[in-house]
Amino acid sequence: MNGTDLNKKALKLRKDIIEMVYRSGAGHVGGDLSVIDILTTLYYQIMNVAPDKKDDPGRDRFLLSKGHCADALYCVLGDKGYFNEEEAIETFSRFGSKYIGHPNTDVAGVEINSGSLGHGISVGVGMALAAKMDHRDYRIYVVCGDGEMEEGSNYEGMMAAGHYHLDNLCVTVDVNGLQISGATKDVMCSDDLAKKFEDFGFNVIEVTDGNDCGQLLAAYEAAKAYQGRPSAVIAHTIKGKGISFMENTASWHHGVMTKEQYRKAIKELEAVKI
Amino acid sequence: MNTVTNRQVICDVLMAASEKDKDIVVACSDSRGSTSLGKFAERFPDRFVELGIAEQNLVSVSAGLAACGKKVFAASPASFLSTRSYEQVKVDVAYSGTNVKLIGISGGISYGALGMTHHSCQDIAAFCALPDMRVYVPSDRFQTKKLMEALLKDQKPAYVRVSRAASEDVYKEEMDFSLNRACVIKEGRDVEIIACGDMVAYAVQAAKLLENDGIQAGVTDMYCLKPLDRAAVRNAANRAKLIVTVEEHSAFGGLGSMVSQAVAEEGLAKVINIALPDAHLISGTAGEVFKAYGMDAEGIANKIKAVLSNEI
Repeated sequence: MNGTDLNKKALKLRKDIIEMVYRSGAGHVGGDLSVIDILTTLYYQIMNVAPDKKDDPGRDRFLLSKGHCADALYCVLGDKGYFNEEEAIETFSRFGSKYIGHPNTDVAGVEINSGSLGHGISVGVGMALAAKMDHRDYRIYVVCGDGEMEEGSNYEGMMAAGHYHLDNLCVTVDVNGLQISGATKDVMCSDDLAKKFEDFGFNVIEVTDGNDCGQLLAAYEAAKAYQGRPSAVIAHTIKGKGISFMENTASWHHGVMTKEQYRKAIKELEAVKI
Repeated sequence: MNTVTNRQVICDVLMAASEKDKDIVVACSDSRGSTSLGKFAERFPDRFVELGIAEQNLVSVSAGLAACGKKVFAASPASFLSTRSYEQVKVDVAYSGTNVKLIGISGGISYGALGMTHHSCQDIAAFCALPDMRVYVPSDRFQTKKLMEALLKDQKPAYVRVSRAASEDVYKEEMDFSLNRACVIKEGRDVEIIACGDMVAYAVQAAKLLENDGIQAGVTDMYCLKPLDRAAVRNAANRAKLIVTVEEHSAFGGLGSMVSQAVAEEGLAKVINIALPDAHLISGTAGEVFKAYGMDAEGIANKIKAVLSNEI
């Protein structure tokens, strides 16, 4: 798929996310909508993954370190055919459902349980080391949030990734600038993420519009080609991207839509022409 | 007197297994010396992962390695492994069901004089509370060897705690061992002592002291804290009306708590717990500290005699 095709796919997935979070009255819609273009680019063009290869030792590995955006991941995995997407949309966060609020390995395609922030980079380092030990060429993709970068454990993982020159590891930070209490810069100064990654030995690629699959595609291709160091894609996104009343609004971190808001959201997405 | 530490035994078992199994990986947090795994690192440099002084990363990286098919043994001082990286153990190992064996060395008060920062007196409670985590505290080098050989055969998470100094021999090399089955060293009539780790050797000595006073004391080695061998507890309670637990751990949530729970459910016997006090511990060698708190052979025997004499 090219950037345009991917943007079309991301638009379809945005509608699925709105359905899932509206029907369940749960989820983290703001982050789902900021990260969905990243997930789309990775799952539909960059990564070597597929439902019939979910146990293939040579598959690429994906870790959603910002696990609260499981809703977006479930929509992608369902759409890709790992399971019945409609079932996931209908049962998300309901009693007894395996489609709970954070990724878990009961769901086909999920590599490891996540949800507690600051784990993904380190787990990814372990996976990348395993690939190197076995002389296999699969790659590991980790997606973090910018608020998540306040967790100190990330920096232990980054240090090890740089130390071991893990060029089969690609960490994306979904920089939407907001977290549950407000602007990330106001909650805890964690600016200049690019410099932090560089200091730990990463090849850093900045993406000015992280909601544009074309830009993301170019970044991931460059990361894939880069040898000798791990790559970090710093993707500047918009929280709640695509829904006017959600965009850049911290309260939509895990806001729940009224019926009216749901209708407006769907209407806005249906009006988009790509 | 035995001079071979359980740490050395663990290294030997892993080295022997790794000659045939290339998927065994050892990970350390600047702890290859204290864990006695330096020999492994020299023999198998490509299967040894150094993470530096970063225990959280040690555990998560180990989980990632395991998720890609490696059989990982993550070794670090028990004090840091059990509490600093508890979140990573909970999520990346226990919850994710990754094949990581956590090796906590210098457990309990092994680092007696180094102070509370280096004691691990809550690791059993902490790890037993995690679903799908198994917890083992072997008593001597022979049991440690059998335990490690058994754990190499499965793919599930586990925590193994051993001491820093050489543990006194409790068994012979060809001991009977069955994973998750307590070792009944001696059956009693008046009292049954249930212990784990280095406390087992003290319990055996205490039973001998008690015998001199005409008290028949049994000793059960509950090296498997989780899953606790409840049948062994029941059997002990059926033999004697008094059970005494002894552990190098806090009295909260460890061996004593779990044995008490199991016995209370069936109302079979009285249980007395001997454990480290709920206090900042006195400094000294392990032996000095155990003596100070009445946890050495004499202390255990005296406690049992006092309880039994009050009951008559």
